[in-house]
Order: sequence, then C-alpha cells, then structure tokens
Amino acid sequence: MPAKPDGLPDSERPWQLLRSTGARARRSAGIMAPVLLTACQPAVLDPRGPIGIAEKTLLIDSLAIMLAIVVPTIAATLAFAWWFRASNPRAIYLPNFEYSGRIELIVWSIPLLTIILLGGVAWIGSHDLDPAKPLASKTPALEVQVVSLDWKWLFIYPRQGVASVNQLVVPAGVPLHFSLTSASVMNAFFIPQLGSMIYTMNGMTTQLNLQADAPGTFLGQSSHYSGDGFSGMHFEVRAVPSEQFDAWIEDTRKTGPTLDAASYVELTKQSMNTSPFTYRAADATLFQQIVTQQLPPGPGPQSGRPHPSVSPRTEY
Amino acid sequence: MSAFQAAAGHGDANRLGLDPGWRDRQPLAEHAARGAVSKRIIVGYGFWIFLLSDIIMFSAFFATYAVLVGQTAGGPSGRELFDLRNTGLQTACLLLSSFTCGLASVGAQAHRASWFYGAMAATFILGAAFIGLEAREFADLVARGAGPTRSAFLSAFFTLVGCHGLHVTAGLLWLLTIMAQMFAKGYRADILRRMLCFSLFWHALDIIWVAVFTMVYLMGVAT
Amino acid sequence: MLGKLTWAAIPFDQPIPLIAAALVGVVIIGVLAWVALKGWLPYLWREWITSVDHKRIGIMYILLAMVMLLRGFTDAIMMRSQQALSFQSQGYLPPEHYDQIFSAHGTLMIFFVAMPFVIGLMNFVMPLQLGIRDVAFPTLNSVSLWLTATGALLVNISLVVGEFARTGWLPFPPLSEMTYSPGVGVDYYLWAIQISGVGTLLTGINFVTTVLKIHAPGMTYMRMPMFCWTTLASSLLIVAAFPILTATLAMLLLDRYLGFHFFTNEAGGNVMMFMNLIWAWGHPEVYILILPAFGIFSEVISTFSRKPLFNYRTMVIATMAICILSFTVWLHHFFTMGAGADVNAIFGIASMIIAVPTGVKVFNWLFTMYGGRVVYSSPMLWSLGFMVTFVIGGMTGVLLAMPPVDFVLHNSLFLVAHFHNVIIGGVLFGAFAGYTYWFPKAFGFRLHERLGKASFWCWVIGFYAAFMPLYVLGLMGMTRRMQHYDVPAWRPWLLIAAGGAAIILVGIILQIAQLVVSIRRRDALRDETGDPWNGRSLEWATSSPPPAFNFAVLPHVEGEEAYWGIKQRARQQAKLADEPNYAAIEMPRNSPTGFICAFFATFMGFALIWHIWWMVALAALGAYATFVVFAWRDRVEYVIPADVVARIDRANRSARGEVLARMQTSP
Repeated sequence: MPAKPDGLPDSERPWQLLRSTGARARRSAGIMAPVLLTACQPAVLDPRGPIGIAEKTLLIDSLAIMLAIVVPTIAATLAFAWWFRASNPRAIYLPNFEYSGRIELIVWSIPLLTIILLGGVAWIGSHDLDPAKPLASKTPALEVQVVSLDWKWLFIYPRQGVASVNQLVVPAGVPLHFSLTSASVMNAFFIPQLGSMIYTMNGMTTQLNLQADAPGTFLGQSSHYSGDGFSGMHFEVRAVPSEQFDAWIEDTRKTGPTLDAASYVELTKQSMNTSPFTYRAADATLFQQIVTQQLPPGPGPQSGRPHPSVSPRTEY
Repeated sequence: MSAFQAAAGHGDANRLGLDPGWRDRQPLAEHAARGAVSKRIIVGYGFWIFLLSDIIMFSAFFATYAVLVGQTAGGPSGRELFDLRNTGLQTACLLLSSFTCGLASVGAQAHRASWFYGAMAATFILGAAFIGLEAREFADLVARGAGPTRSAFLSAFFTLVGCHGLHVTAGLLWLLTIMAQMFAKGYRADILRRMLCFSLFWHALDIIWVAVFTMVYLMGVAT
Repeated sequence: MLGKLTWAAIPFDQPIPLIAAALVGVVIIGVLAWVALKGWLPYLWREWITSVDHKRIGIMYILLAMVMLLRGFTDAIMMRSQQALSFQSQGYLPPEHYDQIFSAHGTLMIFFVAMPFVIGLMNFVMPLQLGIRDVAFPTLNSVSLWLTATGALLVNISLVVGEFARTGWLPFPPLSEMTYSPGVGVDYYLWAIQISGVGTLLTGINFVTTVLKIHAPGMTYMRMPMFCWTTLASSLLIVAAFPILTATLAMLLLDRYLGFHFFTNEAGGNVMMFMNLIWAWGHPEVYILILPAFGIFSEVISTFSRKPLFNYRTMVIATMAICILSFTVWLHHFFTMGAGADVNAIFGIASMIIAVPTGVKVFNWLFTMYGGRVVYSSPMLWSLGFMVTFVIGGMTGVLLAMPPVDFVLHNSLFLVAHFHNVIIGGVLFGAFAGYTYWFPKAFGFRLHERLGKASFWCWVIGFYAAFMPLYVLGLMGMTRRMQHYDVPAWRPWLLIAAGGAAIILVGIILQIAQLVVSIRRRDALRDETGDPWNGRSLEWATSSPPPAFNFAVLPHVEGEEAYWGIKQRARQQAKLADEPNYAAIEMPRNSPTGFICAFFATFMGFALIWHIWWMVALAALGAYATFVVFAWRDRVEYVIPADVVARIDRANRSARGEVLARMQTSP
C-alpha cells in the first residue's frame, strides 16, 4: 500500500476517509433526497420483488377475509345500540333473552371457520415465504454477507472481494442470498420494498433471500431498536442492471481502504450517521471470524456524563 | 364534610361510634367469619398457590439450564465438576430434614414441646448442613476457576442450584422465627397456621431438590 | 460511601428533566403542605395509608394509576411532538433523552397505569360482588399496593437522579447488558419492576384464593358475576406468568451485577433465550390486562341494556379458554428471529385460535344489547367505543399473526398502532367505563355526566386521529422508536398523529375537570340509594359508599344476578326482605406493614441501583424486621358490635325502602 504523505498510520485511515468523504457524502445526500422520494410510496404495499409481492398478496387477502367478519360486526354493534336504545318504542324488549342454541352455534362457527381458513393460509404462507428458503431462479444467487454494527451496516461481497458500508448495490433480477450477523447488539435487516426482514444476532448467522425484479432505489433500515444511533442506521439500496453491477464492482476495487481484521475493529467502535463508503478489498474469511467470535463483539459506549457507569454517551 | 371524609363512609360512621378504648378490647375467640371456610384452609390454600408460583419460577431456571447446559465456552462441564458423593450427602440431609419437619408439625399440633422444639432444632441442623455442603461446593468451584462468570452453563448452574439454596436459607431463618414465636406465645392458632405454611414450604423445597439433583447432577454426570 | 452516586448524577445540563422535576417537586411539596396544614395527616395515616380495607386499597391503586397516566401521557406528547418536528432535523430531544422517554412511556403505561388500574378495580369490586367482607389476605393486599407504589417511585426518581433505561419497555439483551448499557438506567428499570412484581404476584395469590374459596352462602361458581370470573382468570395468569418475569429479570440482574453470562454475547450467553422467556411472560401479561376489562364490559353492557348477560356459560368457557391459550402464543412476538417455517406457522395458527373465544365474547355482548333497552350513560358509551375499536385492533392482531405478513410489519408503526388499538380501546376504555360505573359506589356521588361524555368523544376521536396514521406509516415502512427520520412522505401522517395526541390531551383535561366539578357539586350528584344504575349484582345492594364490613349479614344467593333476584322479589312482595339478625362482626385491623415494608424496599432498590451496599443490607434488615414485628401482633382483628352494625344497616334499608316505594308508584 503506498504511504500517504500525511504520515497517518494505516489504522487511522478509514476515519480520515470518513471525514474526507464528507464532500462525497454531501453530494450523495443531494442525490439521496429525490431518490428517497421514490421510496416514499406505501412501501409494503408497493413491493418491487417476488417476496414482497407475495407478502402483499397475503396481507390484502387476509385483510379481506377478516373485513368480511369485522365490518358486519361493527355495523351490527352500531345498529343494535341505536335500534335498541331505551327511547325507541318500536324496538322489542326481551328482558329474559339470555340464551339461544342457534346463536351459540353461529357465534362459535363463524370465528372458527375463519380461523381454519386463515390458519391454512398461514401454514402455506410461512413455508413458501420462509426467509431461509432460496428463491426459485435459473440465475445463481448473489451472496452478500451483512454485519450490523453500532450504528451502521457492513455489506461484504465474498465472491467479489469488496465491501461497503451503509450502501447496498445489487444486480436487478438476480436472487440475493444474505447471510447476516451482528457485531454487537440485536438488529433487524429490513428493505421494506423488497420484503421480509430478519434479526441479526452476534455469534449467530441468520439467512434471508430476496430479489429486486427491476432496477430502482430503495430504503433500507434497521427495524429493531439498538441504541442511541438507531435512527441513523439506514442505508441506500440500489438495484442496477447486471452489467452496471459488474462495473460498480470494478470501480470499487480501484479505490478506498481495505477491510481486514484491523479496519473491522475500528469499524466496530460506536459512531452515528455514518456516510456511505466502500472498501476496495475485503477479507473473505472475515464474516466467519465475526460469527465465531474470533473477532470479539464490538465495544460499548466509552464515555459518559459523568461516567459511563452512570449515564453513558456516545459522542457524535 | 370533605370529600375524603365522605369517602370514608358517611363522615364518622366508619368510626362506628365506638368508644376511644375500642382498640384495646380483646378479640373474640376466633370463629369462622368467612362463609363456611376456616382460616386454616384459606391460609393453606393461598400458600399452595404461592408454592405453585414459586415452582413456575424454578421452571424458568430449569428451562434456562436445559438450554445453556452445553454452553461451556471451552471451560469445564458438569461431568468434570460434579461430586455425586457430596450431592448424595446433601440429599440425605434435606430428605431427613423433611422428615424431622413432619415430626415438628405433629408435635406442634399435639402441643408437645419436646417433640416440637427438638424436631425443629434437628430440621435446622440438617438444613444448615445442607447449606454448608452447598456453600463449600460453590466455594470450591470458584476456587478452581469454575465460577458462575466462567461460562453460560456455570451461570445457569449456580443460579438454579443457588436459588434453591437461597430458598432453603430463607426457610432456616423462618424456622428460627417460628420457634421464637411459639416460645413467646404458645400454640396459638395463627402461629400454628404459619407452621403449616412453613412445613409446606420445606417439603416443596425437597421436591424441587429432587428435580435439581436429577436434572443437574445425575444427568450432568451421565452425559 | 455512596457507591456510584454523586452530585453529578443530577442532570444539571439538561433543562427539560430539571424543569419537569422542579415542577413535580413543587406540586408534591405543595400537596403535602396543604394536607399537613389542614390537619389531615393523622386521618390519612389511620384511614388510608395503613388501611387493609379492599375498598380503600382499590381506590389508592386507581389514584396511582391516574397520576402515572399523566406522566406516561406527557412522555407520549413528547414523543409525538419530537416525531412531528424531527424530519431531517434532530428535533428538540437528543437520542439519549428520546430513548429514555419511549422506554419510560411503555414501562409506566403497562406496569404503573394499566396494571394498577385493573387491579384497583378488581380489588374494590370483586369482594362486593361475591357478597363477602374482604379479600383472603387483607394485610398482604396493602403490601402489594405499597410495593407497586415503590416501583412507580423508583421510575420517577430516575428522572432526576441518574437516568432511566434506554432499552425500550422490555430490556432486550445484549443492548441491556453491561457492555452496551453500563449506566444506571437499566438498573432503575429492573429493580422497579422486580419490587412491584412481588406486589403483583401477591395480589394474584390473594385474588385466586378469594374467588375460589370465599363466597357468600349460595354463591356457587356458576352464579358469580362475570367480572369475578375474569378476575379469577386474570389472577391465575398473574400467578403463572409473573414468576417467569421475576426469574428472567433476575438473570439479567445477575449478568449486570455479578458478571454472569445468561444473555451476554460472550461465554455462551443466549439472547434468544431472553426473548423466549420474556415473551412467555409478556403475552399472558396483556391478557392479564384485558380480561378484567372484558369483565367490566360484561357488567356494564348488561346493566345498561337492562338485560342479563347473553350466554353466561359460554362467556365463562371463553374466558377460561383465553386464559389457557394465552400461554401458547408467545413466539408471535419474534417471528422474525428465524425459528423456521414449521415453528412460525404453529405459533401463528395458535395466535389466530385465541381470536375465536374473543370473537365469541364480542358476539355475546352484541346479543346482550339485542332486545334490550340501551341507556347511553358514559359507561355504556365507553363500552360501545370499545366494541368498535377493539374489533379493529383484534383484526390487525390476526393480520400480524400471519408470519409472512409479520415479516414486513414487525416492529413497525403498524405494530405500535395495533397494540395501542387493543390496549387503549380495550384496557383503558374498560378502565374508564369501570371508573365511571363504580365511582358512585366508592364515593357516594356520581361523576358529572356531560363532562364525561365530552371526554369520551375526545378520547375516541383523538385515538383514531393519533393511531390510524400509524397503521399507514407502518405500511409505508416506518419502523418504531425513531428519534429522527428523512423520508418526506412520512411527515404528514406524523403531524396528524401529533394532532390526535393533542385531542386526547383535551380528553384528559376534561376528565380532570369532571372529577373536580363532581367533587364540588357532589351534593347535587349524590347517590342516595346505593343503586344509581339499577344494577344487577351484589355491590349495588350496599350503601354508597359501603360500610367497612360491606354487608351486615352475608347475603344468601339463590341464582345468577343475585341482586336482581333480590330486587325482583322485593318488588313482587312490595316489601324489603325481613330484617336480619344482626351479630357482631370481626374485621381485620389496619396495619402499617405495607407502607413501612415499601419504605424499606424503596431504599433497598435505590441502594442497589447506586451500589450503596451498606444501605442495601440495612434496608433488607428493616424489611425483614417489619415482617417479624407484624407477625408478632397479638391483636389481629377488631370487633364491631351488633348494635352498631344494626344502626348502619337500618339506614341503608330505609333508603332502599324509599326506592321500593317509588318503584311501586311509578313502574
């Protein structure tokens, strides 16, 4: 690696890059705003991938089945309350009407039948849409390894040998297989417009399979509260045509820091609102080392007022 | 008349027009004032419900132990640590103490001082021996570097067995208090009810110990 | 000497908690000074603080709940306003403060508003409905109340001294472990919940024993009012579920204090274990809250429809079914943890099954109204509001119980909307219905009706305005607990939600006004007869408020709706039942045990949080000594002579006689 004229040791370099990326970050924020606007549709109801589409269908269908019960029930409640008001002389008064076998039968069977129907849907749906189930496709899946840190996301492309932080670029129309873990606390990886979320936990691997059908830009976020920097823990997801994806990989390999054990340890230190950046080379065994805890979990807050043992703070 | 006094029930009516010395009046002999059920049954029933809740708490610790039993983090496992002879001795002490507790119950009901105090003292000594053996086992494990901070398995072990030990210790304290009360006040009905609760507690701890030594020690050494 | 505690623990650099604490301090000192100057302290000590009377204890529980509702709602207003302001901005609450606020909001609302409210109502009403004098263990009842108050006090102290937890209302590890939350906040939470949890467990034991073992003569189980059945079911759940909470939080405490490894990342700890354990408690907890509310609605709807409850037997079966099923669904709180399709599907189906008995209950209430003569007093309005709102919330619950749907809605604002839908629409509306319904029984005068109706409409409209947008936001992908956000399309909905919170604020102000106005106009609102609503169960047979002993002679029960039967007989015979033979009554003596025990528990909790070990030992000793002193009592009961009983009861009977005479002249 060529020495930098500023004399900074290698371990400080990623942080320098973070700061010098400020300019790049401001530019990308400018791009982000209109881009995020496209993600502002009812995301769950405007899915852009097969998983999300299937889940939306399930949602609408289940809702419809239940509305068929709920709407008449609410209507009946209001109707009975109105018709049988004390001041209505036309309403029949049945002061001893406290049991009817026929009504009892109906009252049990309607919810029971509904639940049997929905239960069947739940069984089939849970199996079809299990996050660990690979997508049916002729194209081989792209492997992405995901690590949630405090408070940013690390994406490693093990076969391509690059990595990125707070930015996920994927080819459109290609199934994506995510292996996920956490560097510290529990998080959840969620791209609303693509479908299911999954927890990330330290010392364990979870699996998720998604696909973006067509090119587009989507919001990605953590959906499990993980501390003070949680709200800034979102990332941009860009689905691009395959050639563009290969080009992006090539570009990434040209510039930027390397991801190895040392730079990873730097990354695990708590920081908030990290601007996206990439690593031009990523150690393919790093993910396993994180999962097996060969690389220890990230540290917690290092400062506090007056002291971390009273009220910890992460300076940002 | 303020709102609070109104809430008290028609002003002073709740004072019931009683003379100032009403608090010093001796209570009537106890009679079944609660429908048809005696106080002894109600107290016993309530204590049984408490025991069931305590057993559920232990179940949570048992479940945690079962999940974490394999998580030795490269440290020692049960097979290397458990001394079944010590466990057997502890079991003998506790089971015997249950027997002596039963004797004490009978003695209390029969108002026989020698039986009651003797059996209670024996129960205490046996229970204290149980705790002593357990404390020695714990200290020994810690000294060998197999303390509760070593691994999740050991955390679960110390907590499950230690929780039972804490209950036994609390029981010993309770035992002494009842002996003191019986000595000071005689075989009064309310103290006899407490003796009933104590003996239920003591026997329940015995049952839990059987579960502990089976699940933790016997199964830990066998696997 | 004082462990971790130093002057720097007080947040002198944060204006908001300081000003809030100063305000609260002024109010508390002001109230105490006013009470002392008026000379009420001896009376309060003698008649309320040391009281073991279930009616007094119930009222104090509800008072605690209402005060904590104000604090919890303040947190809600701050959350809504922060989210309204923090579009591409930090708002006015930095993350470390915002995180405490939403954690405190949830903790207070569940543990120190909803629980005390329903426990208070069960405490007050259940013994009266069973026709008995008190619960099985009156002094234990007092201990429960004051331990709950201790927990609330500790949570509130954290506002000023140190900080509160920043982990949410359930402290999931590893975030709640020492590594990632080394401060005192999580410890405040843990000790407050552990201490008050003891109180709640004791209540559960007390109520189970009372409902199963102590009845008026002739009151078999199938003649108990529905509210007593739901009290039983809720108390059984408390007894079965709270020990799990105690054990789980104890394990987290051991991790934090002694370096154990139950849920740490290192040395084999298992965070999934925590999720399973905490939700094995957490799901029954919400049924502990809703079942008494269901009981209240059964009472209110049948009373205000002028009809017996429809299908009583089925209601009992449905209640006990819900009780048992609530233990079979806990995994639906973490479908996204990756348990696999089979496990997810089974728990999803189980969660849907529990909707069946709930649906049955809704239909039975519907048919209770059918053929009735419905009167729209505010308790009935709350019930109607519940029936509409809860059904929507239940529907979204069944939606979320579908695992693939949960995969996109878990932890989103859709989830937040769902559980507020069922807790506000179910538990809170039920608590308000019960409060309005039984207020005259407790205090002898009714609540101002028009203000009550106005507050109801504000609550209902405010609720829909505040929470329906959250359903939309969840479908737009917004997750919960965000201190700031950057998506423009979320903004309008958050503004509407903030508006809804403001409308609810008006509702709360109207409720406070209602209470103040009712107290001032109490003579005009007086309940002379003890039966202002033409009730059907035994509590309406007593005077308002009832005497300490509830019933001069325990009533003899001959059917369901015991009091309705008595009234009908009296009408037919055109006279009251014969005057009973009055005998002396023994009542349990008041005791300061509960208060003093809680006093020591507060110090012990505070000392544990700040690692002041000598204070822990002293306080523990004090608590133990309190129990020994209590156990050493010689005089456990006091006697009410027969002539005093007769005098009080004859006053009640003459009021009843007047009512009967009036009923004869005008049907």
